[in-house]
Amino acid sequence: MMTTSTPKFKSYKASERTGTIISYIILILMSLIWLYPILWIILNAFRTEFNDQGQLIGVVVSHYFPKQLGLDNFIKLFTETRFLTWFLNTLFVSSISFVLSTLLVLCVAYVMSKLKFKLRKKILNIAIILGLFPGFMSMIAIYYILKALGLTQTLFALILVYSAGSGLGFYVAKGFFDIIPNSLIESARLDGATNARIFTSIVLPISKPIIIYTALLSFTGPWMDFIFARVILGETNSHLHTVAVGLYYMIYGQRVDSNVFTMFAAGCLLVAVPIVTLFLAMQKYYIEGVTAGAVKG
Amino acid sequence: MQKAKKERIRPLPLNEQWKQIGSKIAKGFSRIGKSFQRFIARFKDGSVGTKISHFICGFGNLSKKQYAKGILFLGLQVIFLLFMISSPEVNSTPFGWKSLGNMITLGTEAGDLFNPTDNSMLMLLFGVVTVGVIAVFVLVYFSNIKSSYEGDLLIRKGKRVPTFKEDIASLFDSRFHVLMLTPAMLGVLLFTVLPTLFMILIAFTNFDAEHVPGQHLIDWVGFANFAAIFQGTGEISARFLPVLTWTLTWAFFATFTNYISGILLALLINRKGIKFKKLWRTVFILTIALPQFISLLAMRNLLSLHGPINSALVQLGLLSSPIEFLGQATNAMTARITILVINLWIGIPYTMLMTSGILMNVPTDLYEAAMIDGATKRQAFTNITVPYILFVTAPYLITSFIGNITSFNIIFLLTGGDPVVPGFKAGQTDLLVTWLYSLTIEESEVNIGSVIAIFTFLITATATLISYRRSKSYKEEDAFQ
Repeated sequence: MMTTSTPKFKSYKASERTGTIISYIILILMSLIWLYPILWIILNAFRTEFNDQGQLIGVVVSHYFPKQLGLDNFIKLFTETRFLTWFLNTLFVSSISFVLSTLLVLCVAYVMSKLKFKLRKKILNIAIILGLFPGFMSMIAIYYILKALGLTQTLFALILVYSAGSGLGFYVAKGFFDIIPNSLIESARLDGATNARIFTSIVLPISKPIIIYTALLSFTGPWMDFIFARVILGETNSHLHTVAVGLYYMIYGQRVDSNVFTMFAAGCLLVAVPIVTLFLAMQKYYIEGVTAGAVKG
Repeated sequence: MQKAKKERIRPLPLNEQWKQIGSKIAKGFSRIGKSFQRFIARFKDGSVGTKISHFICGFGNLSKKQYAKGILFLGLQVIFLLFMISSPEVNSTPFGWKSLGNMITLGTEAGDLFNPTDNSMLMLLFGVVTVGVIAVFVLVYFSNIKSSYEGDLLIRKGKRVPTFKEDIASLFDSRFHVLMLTPAMLGVLLFTVLPTLFMILIAFTNFDAEHVPGQHLIDWVGFANFAAIFQGTGEISARFLPVLTWTLTWAFFATFTNYISGILLALLINRKGIKFKKLWRTVFILTIALPQFISLLAMRNLLSLHGPINSALVQLGLLSSPIEFLGQATNAMTARITILVINLWIGIPYTMLMTSGILMNVPTDLYEAAMIDGATKRQAFTNITVPYILFVTAPYLITSFIGNITSFNIIFLLTGGDPVVPGFKAGQTDLLVTWLYSLTIEESEVNIGSVIAIFTFLITATATLISYRRSKSYKEEDAFQ
């Protein structure tokens, strides 16, 4: 295509520059699209517009930018709904289930990666097949089991559902442990360290990235999960709801009062701020885990 | 080594495959036979204590003065026998041996004014639990014999049997895996295996909206529910194929649109000359960090009839009047395309993150070699970068396809399965999983729901097994060991 070498070099540089400019334009446009709904939620949380009767307008309106800002939605959220209870419920469930799940995942992953025993390969294969059953399926069964036993729907049940089966999600952590050199473990064995000691005082201290990755996902899980909490806790027990279920029923519940969207947005903002901050702060570990998981398959 | 592996991948002719299956079955039988022979041999060879251990657990350990262990085994046997014989009742439904019979009949007492109806579902559940308890006890029983026999062998060699303290210590060293795996296994057994088995069994019963456990008796119906899907005249058979087709179509498009656009975005951000790479990445990670119920419900409202997007489109002259994009859309295609577009917003950041990591790891020696050979940048890109990305992310493609088949949130929160098909419950955007959800939780057609769950499992399992058997990480699973 290019006949002489000098213009080729020049045009190459020029096309490089236009390419960069086009890339910037695309990136800026895409960022705007990605931020558009997020900003909308934030704006709605603070939107304080009143109708002729002086009542707060809480429905979805057609203008993107609010005409007036204020904190009325937050005040309404705390005085008229059980948002504080939902928030504390979620915090309670996620605090316990993240400790339990992290422990289970790390234990299983380490054993599957570094210890040799007779049934290792068999257990690995069974775990993979079990992991294929949609978690959804056992969830519905658990719902019927709880219902059949007449067990009241409790947060404790939800914690068990989140953490008990978590041992199956060990692949990413196993991939991490696989990379730790065996020589490290063998030399510790030669020095007379027991397997338990090797795990707690040699392997765990150098496994910070994977511990944080696992903990981050299991802590944020209950804040993001909608469906398990909805099925296990039921619609009527609003004092037991987590934030996701509580906020969902607030706008799509049976007692439909469509004038609650701005209040919903305020609730979302209060949930999103801590979770997003946590995520962004731990970004590095999250990306490491995701990439490792993808490459390992 | 490499060659041997390659040959094993080549599919065998069909008759060879049958031969292989046959020999596997034969092997299985001979293994059972061998372990039975070993069981007999061990009984003959063992000491008196070991022989008695076959009937009274822990006796062998007690005779060797391993008191704690012996009492533990004996205690477990006593508890097991008490559990089986006394058949303790919960909600007037028994566990133990009675539950095994109940599991077959699913209750015989239809109930009248004076007698309550048998609760068939509890009977089924308790039957499954009892079978599980028996299985666990069988393990205890064999480890009791093994423990005693190993003690015999040690004594014959003139060695000392391990004390209880040493047994405990071994849990932290040579048998560390037992200690580490037991809690996870118990959790998985109770919260994954038991419910899944229960659910599979329900697919063979008539547990539906007309049969409420505790009010009506429920019966085994064999494969009738499976047949209803293919031959029935009701909603299920009419809607099964459309829902299945849409599920697969959705999974296909959702996977590939996200995959391709995500890779393009990653290439864009990682382009030479683009500054603030971390900032751009953070913008997109924001989407991942934001709980989906928030972003999806925000989208649903943004797109509502009176929402800002409709009014913006009308003002720009692209629409003459506001339209419904999602659940109330007049045209199923509108709703489906809208969902796929929103799914891009959700999914692109994941692929972008993944590919970004991979792009940084493209082996540089490949580039250098290509440059020396006089390759242009574009050639290097199409011949090295692209194949490398495709190769490394292939397993991810399968996992995300499976993830999309079971992606509940996006459909449920955006449309709830609507637009409705007149006369039917399953809507135009319902996936198998959302349909199964509304069938079981809202309609109480639990048996049909279970059949659909089994189908979903079969689809995802086939896809996974195919990819997994071929994936590098499985074949080279031991490479790191």
